[in-house]
Amino acid sequence: MTSLNTHSDPIILEMRSITKEFPGVKALSEVNLRVKAGEIHAICGENGAGKSTLMKVLSGVYPYGSYDGDIVYQAEVQQFKDIRASEHAGIVIIHQELALIPELSIMENIFLGNEPTKRGVIDWAEARIRSTELLARVGLREDPETPIKEIGVGKQQLVEIAKALNKSVKLLILDEPTAALNESDSQHLLDLMLGLKGRGITSIIISHKLNEIEQIADSITIIRDGKSIETLDVKADGVDEDRIIKGMVGRTLESRFPDHEPKIGEVFFEVKNWNVGHPQVQDRMVCKNSNFFVRRGEIVGFAGLMGAGRTELARSVFGRSYGRFLSGQIHMDGKDVELKSVKQAIDAGLGYVTEDRKSLGLNLLDDIKATTVSANLKKVSKHNVIDANKVFTVAEQYRKSLRTKAPSVEEGVAKLSGGNQQKVVLAKWMFTDPELLILDEPTRGIDVGAKYEIYGIIQQLANQGKGIIVISSELPELLGLSDRIYTIFEGAITGVLNKDEASQETLMKLMTSARKTA
Amino acid sequence: MNALKKLFGGNTRQFGMIFALVALIIFFQIATDGRTLTPGNVINLFNGNSYILILAIGMVLVIIAGHIDLSVGSVAAFVGVCVALFIRDWGIPWYLGILMGLGLGVLIGAWQGFWTAYVGIPAFIVTLSGMLIFRGANQYVGKSNTIPVPADFQKIGSGYLPEIGPNIGYNNLTLLLGLLGVAFVVFSEIRSRRNAKALGAEVPEAWVSIVKLILICGAILYATYLFATGRPGTSFPIPGLILAALVIIYGFISSKTVIGRHIYAVGGNRHAAELSGVQSKKVNFLVMMNMSVLAGLAGMIFVGRSTASGPFDGVGWELDAIAAVFIGGAAVTGGVGTVIGSIVGGLVMAVLNNGLQLLGVGADLTQIIKGLVLLIAVAFDVYNKSQGKKSIIGLMFKNFGRSSELKADETTSTKEVISRGI
Repeated sequence: MTSLNTHSDPIILEMRSITKEFPGVKALSEVNLRVKAGEIHAICGENGAGKSTLMKVLSGVYPYGSYDGDIVYQAEVQQFKDIRASEHAGIVIIHQELALIPELSIMENIFLGNEPTKRGVIDWAEARIRSTELLARVGLREDPETPIKEIGVGKQQLVEIAKALNKSVKLLILDEPTAALNESDSQHLLDLMLGLKGRGITSIIISHKLNEIEQIADSITIIRDGKSIETLDVKADGVDEDRIIKGMVGRTLESRFPDHEPKIGEVFFEVKNWNVGHPQVQDRMVCKNSNFFVRRGEIVGFAGLMGAGRTELARSVFGRSYGRFLSGQIHMDGKDVELKSVKQAIDAGLGYVTEDRKSLGLNLLDDIKATTVSANLKKVSKHNVIDANKVFTVAEQYRKSLRTKAPSVEEGVAKLSGGNQQKVVLAKWMFTDPELLILDEPTRGIDVGAKYEIYGIIQQLANQGKGIIVISSELPELLGLSDRIYTIFEGAITGVLNKDEASQETLMKLMTSARKTA
Repeated sequence: MNALKKLFGGNTRQFGMIFALVALIIFFQIATDGRTLTPGNVINLFNGNSYILILAIGMVLVIIAGHIDLSVGSVAAFVGVCVALFIRDWGIPWYLGILMGLGLGVLIGAWQGFWTAYVGIPAFIVTLSGMLIFRGANQYVGKSNTIPVPADFQKIGSGYLPEIGPNIGYNNLTLLLGLLGVAFVVFSEIRSRRNAKALGAEVPEAWVSIVKLILICGAILYATYLFATGRPGTSFPIPGLILAALVIIYGFISSKTVIGRHIYAVGGNRHAAELSGVQSKKVNFLVMMNMSVLAGLAGMIFVGRSTASGPFDGVGWELDAIAAVFIGGAAVTGGVGTVIGSIVGGLVMAVLNNGLQLLGVGADLTQIIKGLVLLIAVAFDVYNKSQGKKSIIGLMFKNFGRSSELKADETTSTKEVISRGI
């Protein structure tokens, strides 16, 4: 290990020209990050910009040797081979999805993998004393023996931090810590971070909520398309939300979308006063009085941050496949319809392409042809007996027209690349001949070439007079594709913009703040 | 090796099991000095295992859907004793007894299906409870006695195809059945070739089809010969006939019908199936119900074969059926498995049992060997999966296999990172 000179302004962490490549894709390219000791450093960027990858490199998830560049931490070049190694050095990462075990108590979770022992037996008395101390430090007033599942997400987040403190953390990384929290829990967490800063703990925070970043961060590094764009000093540079947004979205739009002349018709699908409750948490709402409509031939975008309730809205409309339906109406072609099950929704002419292809969209054991017909077996069967020839013909047709790259339609979908998998999923829904097709993150994890093709398919469907809803975290994608864009924030629709009035800045504003008027 | 692969199609795992079955039969035929492939022994083997194989048919569907059924032995015993009592005490004819037995199976299945599918209790628990309930019920209604059944009813468990037509030294109906089998196999091969050609899909070379047909038809004809030349009065057994019919029906349902696809879809990825409009609760209900109906049928066949119902009928059957299904290539996680594979798996166990018996190996060692066979077969499956679904043949030529690596445009989710990191 190399020893380095320390400057007057102590740098706790420096990541130098980090480059991380996956086969065929450069996720990070020459990224630099300098974090001063004792500061709160925010990392901002759009989804997919490379923030998480960078943090995975830092915490040893991608071990030393799988990336290029140096990590200098506490004046030494580090070669973390796994998460344990980085934790040993005092770097603790808290993920958005919490890594707590719901059935175990707060105390057991805090000491999981790090149990205090006396002659090989767990010393619960000691654990209890220490966890009470730790809970006091994070400001959580709960009995350490309370099971995790009985406390809310906000408190669980605090337990995660207590767990980190127990590992004598020096650099705490929080990935979207407030995404799932309500206002007061978020505020408490932000105050706690400032408190930790007072005790000399350095934090890196990744967040989409720019107002929070503005409030607590000392410096901000902006990442865009896998490159570090700039590092801002919040106090000195007079940074505000607009300044951050400008850095985040400042990319030039190349021609990433096929040319398309929209042919927009009548309103045919309308959702009114839509209210849906969280499936498990009794009082939490995932859709709050939402109203929207779709015209024939129109591509409607839904913009919102992760966790804003876009998917929840779409799935609750799609045959109430998510959440507890509370109230609301759906009009289709002027008639009231009740879509109580996915089957009814499909029969009524809805289709939903999920954002989570692998766990919700595909049966990875199936082949292309079985997947293609799986949502409309009726059409390929007679008296409930499936016509294998028809299945083959249909699948082959879609494989050709969507240009799915596979040796044959008998290839297993698990073997396909993300872009081709998505084409198979699109084929599956096109085969149901839907009037309204909802596409949830249709290009997530798909490379640029395949994206272009998928945009083309979407536009083609719209030209056939179908209504299309596109949910996406990538604003350029929504701007390039949609004729009209709704914005969602915390379960409520906060605005709607026509194509010509929408820009990344206007959208981002509506996506990150509650409705100001009415 | 490539030729072999062509011969048996893409499904190399099934091929592996058939290969193992043939190897076992040849081994025992040699080791027992020809006592394995005698008409008497083969008929015996079929009669003594048909009820397990029938259970395996239902069980494979349950396992494909991602569940398990531990109650089949008890359900079989309960249905058996009830039918024996109906016939003895109410004096109803044998066919009505069978119908009532099947009806009882429907009721029991609806009970188990209700708890599994609509209440959402894991099938393991529901059927563990069913195992206790119906075992107790069998002994309660039968007062732990053996209850005999009339000779007519015994036929379904121990009857044979009758002698019809001119006496040519063979059983005519058995011969007819064998010829029908051959005709069916030849016809379907021709049809599948014609279809493939019409669709522009890959048509296997002619010699592949011909060799395949010769092997399969040879096996069928040899079996026909064995069944048709047994000692006078024996021929193709009735339970074997029932089994064959069920294999054809369920093989068809599982691979060619909408409900069959739905079973695989629910087992493969329940959420994806639901989001494609599959009513997974209904599927689960039907699968559990069907299992109990087949268990009832198996129970009746067993009662017919042993001429009476008893308090300990069907003990341990669930394990034999489950073992057959897993040896036959089903995955513990659901979504994978075939009816024919499970039958082959069941036959592997049956041949092993029978051959070891003929060799005079004790019950103790037989159990050890069967246990090891089950473990090795499933270990093989698990190992295959961890290697990125390599086939058996792929394993033999390991160096040529593809390694599983992250595809270009896949990114890992935070969840994956968490599970990897800790």
